[in-house]
Amino acid sequence: MTIEVTARYFAAFRERAARDSESVRTQARTAAELYGELARRHGFADSIARCKVAINDELADWNTALSPGDEVLFFPPVAGG
Amino acid sequence: MSFKITSAVIDPVGLKRGLERSTAGACVTFEGWVRNHNDGEAVQALEYEAHLAIAEKEGARIVAEALEKFAVTAVHCEHRVGRLEIGDCAVWVGVSADHRGPAFDACRYVIDETKVRVPIWKKEHYASGATGWVSCATKAAGG
Repeated sequence: MTIEVTARYFAAFRERAARDSESVRTQARTAAELYGELARRHGFADSIARCKVAINDELADWNTALSPGDEVLFFPPVAGG
Repeated sequence: MSFKITSAVIDPVGLKRGLERSTAGACVTFEGWVRNHNDGEAVQALEYEAHLAIAEKEGARIVAEALEKFAVTAVHCEHRVGRLEIGDCAVWVGVSADHRGPAFDACRYVIDETKVRVPIWKKEHYASGATGWVSCATKAAGG
């Protein structure tokens, strides 16, 4: 099933993709599958084990199933402090 | 507020005053400063970026965990975003407690968890003119 979601990028991902966000039509079922697809498209080199994802402004598990209209936020490895 | 993201200069003296309680016999604070080198490269400035809402929500969770896990009275953490210069305070953690042991432990817990859980990113500006996102394998296109 193809659904449409919004992908939003932060920090290194935003610079690499050269955009803040984009609308994506995808067959990905989970956040992890969508990351794999977008990582190939944009050249993101970080494994999901070191990244985080938020769905509709809440931190989420990478295995969370996607729903049409979701806003999926991709966070590269954090480096506060 | 127990965890705050701010673009203003951090005021350690004022923040410490907010931890004062007549029952507290110990206060431990930690300051993270911008240093002029990282991994052998000369650093001229840092730029911090955060997802404000999620950072403050996750940060508040960490502070709540510290209050739950350790016998402490008050806990506060503040992290700055935007462009910072060498010597600036990037992050401040303060804890007050009846006794020093739990105060040290809680302070350590909050800064350690903040560094790995809160969506904050750090871009280094090097003396060479190049820039780099810390801990990140993804580089800017063409870079």
